[in-house]
Amino acid sequence: MVFENRKDLLGMKGLGADEITAILDVAVPMKDIISRDIKKVPPLRGKVVVTLFYEPSTRTRTSFELAGKYLSADTVNLAVTTSSVQKGESLRDTIKTIEVMGADLIVIRHSMSGVPHYVARNTSMRVINAGDGVNEHPTQALLDMFTIRERKGTLEGLTVAILGDIRHSRVARSNIFGLQQFGCRLRAIGPPTLMPPGLESLGVEVFHSLEDGLEGVDVVNVLRLQRERQQQGLFPTLEEYAARFCLTPERLRPARPDVLVLHPGPMNRGVEISGALADSAVSAINEQVTNGVAVRMALLYLMMGGARDEIAG
Amino acid sequence: MKLLVKAGRVIDPANGLDEVADVLVADGVVAAVGRDLAAGEAQVLDASGKVVCPGFIDLHVHLREPGLEYKEDIRTGTRAAALGGFTTVCCMPNTRPVVDNFALASFVRRRGEEAGLVRVHPIGAITKQQQGKEMAEMGGMVAAGCTAFSDDGRPVMNAEVMRRAMEYARMHGATIISHCEDLDLTGDGQMHEGFFSTLYGLKGIPALAEEVMVARDLQLAEATGARLHIAHVSTARAVELVRQAKARGVQVTCEATPHHLVLTDECLGTYDTDFKVNPPLRSAADVLALREGLRDGTIDCIATDHAPHEVEAKDCEFNLASAGISGLETAVAVLLHHLVAPGQLKLRDLVACLTVKPARALRLQGGTLTPGQPADITVLDLEETRRVEPGCFESKGRNTPFKGMLLTGWPWATVCGGRLVALAGRVVE
Repeated sequence: MVFENRKDLLGMKGLGADEITAILDVAVPMKDIISRDIKKVPPLRGKVVVTLFYEPSTRTRTSFELAGKYLSADTVNLAVTTSSVQKGESLRDTIKTIEVMGADLIVIRHSMSGVPHYVARNTSMRVINAGDGVNEHPTQALLDMFTIRERKGTLEGLTVAILGDIRHSRVARSNIFGLQQFGCRLRAIGPPTLMPPGLESLGVEVFHSLEDGLEGVDVVNVLRLQRERQQQGLFPTLEEYAARFCLTPERLRPARPDVLVLHPGPMNRGVEISGALADSAVSAINEQVTNGVAVRMALLYLMMGGARDEIAG
Repeated sequence: MKLLVKAGRVIDPANGLDEVADVLVADGVVAAVGRDLAAGEAQVLDASGKVVCPGFIDLHVHLREPGLEYKEDIRTGTRAAALGGFTTVCCMPNTRPVVDNFALASFVRRRGEEAGLVRVHPIGAITKQQQGKEMAEMGGMVAAGCTAFSDDGRPVMNAEVMRRAMEYARMHGATIISHCEDLDLTGDGQMHEGFFSTLYGLKGIPALAEEVMVARDLQLAEATGARLHIAHVSTARAVELVRQAKARGVQVTCEATPHHLVLTDECLGTYDTDFKVNPPLRSAADVLALREGLRDGTIDCIATDHAPHEVEAKDCEFNLASAGISGLETAVAVLLHHLVAPGQLKLRDLVACLTVKPARALRLQGGTLTPGQPADITVLDLEETRRVEPGCFESKGRNTPFKGMLLTGWPWATVCGGRLVALAGRVVE
């Protein structure tokens, strides 16, 4: 398998189409396991996965935990509030401690960009980035891509719009890097204050109106709008944002008739997406969550492979 | 005690000199520059094949003493300076406590004399404790020998405070050195804002954060008639603002650092904290504009902004890492290798930026080999090729993005006050 030789998954940047396809292909049978009555297979028996989350998260952390458990790995969750981080321990020492306890793989989320890269340089454990600052969230991009491929049959050549706070979105960045590997045309829609500089140089077309930005798109990925951006003075009120950018069934009309709507969750209904749209058939928001577990199972399996042979023996 | 620096290529920009000559030193001052000077009883330093310059002057270093000796102290910092070819260093006041009065400025000066290697000129704070509120006792610090004031490390955000400080400094004939940064525009930015900050997902510090403050301080200097020196200019627009101000006759000088002249924001891709510096490494276009500013004289000086840190301050999360580069021991080699050798900057222009121009900017002695001037001399070996090994630094700070780089052209000998203080990569005890 193409992806097996990587020690870490730090971002979608630098990941080739062949590697992404390899992960998504393995996620297909994994998804099948989740739907079984007995959701447990043995390949990662005896392997230890530690999730270390320096930011609150329900969905991603639970998703990783279940992915590990379905594959028979032992999973341990470290939340910052209960850890020695509160005692002023350095990140490097925390990581070393987890490593010498025998963990094989660490899943890390941090509010600061580049932390997974720093951790990966300082440990022999495998590292998966579960979101670092405003940089990347590669497993979210992989599950989005899995969902798109499942619904559309392919990733090649699609037009994908990302709507909302692109500037502060690691989901947007990872999606852009991943989808570009498949020749997708990417658009970003939102107010200029929520656009990062140089987006056009990354090959992304920028729009400030839904009507123009959604023209003929195959997929819309709606980002969560953080309330704190209002306090930072990047838009006046949630109401004014919603008045212009909240995605509704009506506003979706310029898109292709078979358009697919994604949202990484958790949603602010009525702010970035209307409840009616979120609950409609064009949205795959709940399926994304299931696919997230499948994709993470595929990653854990590929990165800690070898157990298969032990079992066969 | 006499010293004869023999048969080197002498470059003394202040005197328009660039020819093979001897430099005779007696009683701590330059006695003569000329061909075939008689050695007499003088100790002879054979500089044939090498370049002999006035001692280099670094207007911007952090020696960390008092209070931050775990990062650097005046002894180790001046050893690093001597090795790096610098005979004069001007140290910033952001120590603990802040150098904001006569006693502390005198302390730093005395510690420099006790270290006994190179000249240490303390720069005093503009405001008490660098709080940006009340003016510090500039008069007292001038009495202790300060010729310049700066709140370096943090900008004076209040324009009224800066305006009055300039008026007051002017009375003392002192220069205000401004760290130009609008903290609101910087926010929690981690690197230069642009294409690469978007690519790497690090929050951006816009060029504007520097430029609006450069524009403000140029207006204030013009209105008050004060002498203004802008520290570590790093953006194209900032260079242009200084260029225009000079054309209008504003009394302004400025400096650029070796790292801003050589490295770009593209370097941040591995999140290596050794590349974290303030102001941040800018775009390739900014680097080209800085080099142009050096060539046309808009940028007067090259200063290291030597900012040594302990290992823990850099071996951590990028956002938490301290900004700064330990630069004294690599500056000259970086400049010779990356600017002079490829023809980006003439050697005599580089020497001027490290000698007579910084001396004039802060009204310091030296910077030339005119007989009667202090016998401060830096000898360069343009042929020597060596790898940057932070582990071998004299500085306590091993934080350098140039680590492991193979560079050609290094300082070979440093003479301060007529005494040989460094030779062939070693401090002379």
